[in-house]
Amino acid sequence: MNKEKNIGRFFLLLIILSLPLTVQAKMRVFACEPEWSALAVEIGGDLVEATSATNPLQDPHYVQARPSLISKVRKADLVVCSGAQLEIGWLPMLLKKANNPDVLPGKEGFLEASSVVPRLDVPDSVDRSQGDMHPQGNPHIQMNPHNIARVARALGERMAGLDPDNAEAYLAGLEDFLLRWEAAIAGWEVRAKPLAGERVVCHHKSWVYLEEWLQLEEVATLEPVPGIPPTAAHLSALLTQLGTDGSGADVIIRSPFQNPKASEWLQEKTGIPAVMLPLTVGGSDGANDLFGLFDDVLERLLAVRKGTGT
Amino acid sequence: MKAQIGLLSLACGLLFCSQAFAQADENSELDALREEIRLMRSEYETRIADLEARLDAAEKQAAETPAGQGTPVTAPASDSFAATPYSSPQTVSVARDSSFNPAIGVTFQGQAWAYNNDPDDYVIPGFPAGGEAGLADEGMSLAETEITMSANVDDKFTAMLNLPVAVEDGEVTVELEEAWVETLSLPAGLAIRMGRFLSGIGYLNSRHFHAWDFADLPLAYQAFLGGQYGDDGLQLRWLAPTDFYLEFAAEALRGGSYPAAGKPGSLVGSTTLSARTGGDVGFSNSWLAGFSWLHADADERPSGFEENPLVFTGDTDIYIADFIWKWAPNGNWREKNLTIQAEYLWRSEDGAYAFDNAAGFPWDHNSSGWYAQAVYQPFPRWRVGARIDRLHADIPGQAWQGTPLYPIGDDPKRYSVMVDWSNSEFSRLRFQYNHDQATGMTDNQFALQYIFSIGAHGAHTF
Repeated sequence: MNKEKNIGRFFLLLIILSLPLTVQAKMRVFACEPEWSALAVEIGGDLVEATSATNPLQDPHYVQARPSLISKVRKADLVVCSGAQLEIGWLPMLLKKANNPDVLPGKEGFLEASSVVPRLDVPDSVDRSQGDMHPQGNPHIQMNPHNIARVARALGERMAGLDPDNAEAYLAGLEDFLLRWEAAIAGWEVRAKPLAGERVVCHHKSWVYLEEWLQLEEVATLEPVPGIPPTAAHLSALLTQLGTDGSGADVIIRSPFQNPKASEWLQEKTGIPAVMLPLTVGGSDGANDLFGLFDDVLERLLAVRKGTGT
Repeated sequence: MKAQIGLLSLACGLLFCSQAFAQADENSELDALREEIRLMRSEYETRIADLEARLDAAEKQAAETPAGQGTPVTAPASDSFAATPYSSPQTVSVARDSSFNPAIGVTFQGQAWAYNNDPDDYVIPGFPAGGEAGLADEGMSLAETEITMSANVDDKFTAMLNLPVAVEDGEVTVELEEAWVETLSLPAGLAIRMGRFLSGIGYLNSRHFHAWDFADLPLAYQAFLGGQYGDDGLQLRWLAPTDFYLEFAAEALRGGSYPAAGKPGSLVGSTTLSARTGGDVGFSNSWLAGFSWLHADADERPSGFEENPLVFTGDTDIYIADFIWKWAPNGNWREKNLTIQAEYLWRSEDGAYAFDNAAGFPWDHNSSGWYAQAVYQPFPRWRVGARIDRLHADIPGQAWQGTPLYPIGDDPKRYSVMVDWSNSEFSRLRFQYNHDQATGMTDNQFALQYIFSIGAHGAHTF
């Protein structure tokens, strides 16, 4: 029995050693994707400590429910995620393991960004033979800057509600951001006018909101169905569809975390230029913040149009 | 020790009291603040509306002046969704497992095993098999078909059911592998699970059949846990508020199955304690390490031969150290990844073994086992894996010679390789080969396996 007592003491000691020593005053924001942590900092500035579960080089569909993420959710005041089942493979597990009742769905501390924007591609029926379907629509909402503004409002109000002492600062930060953002949108929309009507081929259906904003026409995807990697059969069918004279589409788009092989192969065969576009903040050198993200996306698309892109 | 506990509970009491006082004080303040925010919000909304009106006006002006520069790009952000051209439901429940309530899923699993030796003769000397340990049936067979259901009960509880349906000797049997209810809203990082569940000890113990990287369990799990240890009882978990991951769990269980067994009438037949920590190394690496201890009171626990079992009565202590390392370039799991996983199990038994319904002989014995495995996904869909298994039992004394408890020859070992292909995360086909030297004779074992799931499929743990 002495042995058991010793083991009990060993665990007790571990528990005591792990008790917190410091008190944190900043609001902790746990974002599933970098665009939302960037947005929280735009609004809250020094009042928030924001971390993102994924980095811009990761596919947010496929993330491990890592121990480090569990401990971050445990201490979070606010969890903000794109939602619409983008994070279904890992977020439920993080929430389940983190034992933090304040950030569960439905609570003040959980904001699902896609719930405050109009969603595209909402399927009439969900059948997995059509690939990795999202019953609540396409979750990659961040690529339309108007959606960023909508989420900013919801996020700013949540932050004000969660931290009443600093409510005015959050709302002022929100208003300041929205002013700068609306001005930037007006600028982007003028710059982007020549892109309207372009026909694009996408690796994955990550760009429907950008296409909708810039009035691009998606003519094909490299994935045979969403979530299934490009296959040789599908690529050769695309080659037939697009032809070899470069007239089948204007540009082939992929995000940084997608294997470039398929789009480069198609570029070589069809003569249609392929380009990597950042899908979130940090996805490229130019996309160092939310403003840089859209600056860079437009710059890359316009460069392709002029024939100076890669 | 008692004084220490008294001091600790006093300290805890004081802590709660002071929090309660602070709360009462804050309540009136909070109400005032809430009112303030409400006012601020309405003021802010009028400001936003004003801003939008100004923007609209500005845009109209802009649209009027330069004519014919292509089509206008898109409508300005208008917050009234009714005015937007798309229609979609505005209420979503994303982070939940499914839009169904409860979330129902079925996992279809089938296998075909081929053995060089007769699988009925598969006995590891020194390790009489308990629980569900042993080889799968030779030939084609359905492995368990898992039916799972889960949903939140209300705002404070969530529940989960796992029913593996298996065919044993031509008869369809429904097992109740897991049926538990868990708290959702305990403070301070605490959670309590109650009901039947797979114990949280080790790494593989709580993982369902479909989540294994090989078609069979490591020898150490078969030898010491009778496969996997699941039981009825309570589990208390506490996630420490540290910057790195640190979790503690304690379980009090009925002791209804191997390596505990048969303590009718007693309150608790087995207890476990475990601690787990982990973290990231850069973007590309993350790890998890755990240490667990299982103490089981066995009362006439059967093992070995079904018709003439060895019966153990006494204490069993099992210590498990587990370590998992996962690598994916930039954490982009989809394209390429590697998982290295190892567990070491050490068992001490103190009691008496009886066979042939005779009186028991005193038994004080230690044994151990480990496995290490690596699974590599070089590109999407395909994975290859290799695993090494070892067991070791101390020589129990000459009196035990000739019994199944007496180890013979070299330590039991096994080498396995597998390759599997997944069209999506819901489907998997696997081939596995074992070079098994556990029984003292070399056996070549081949397996083909499929795993398909439909319906809700819960997110997997790390």
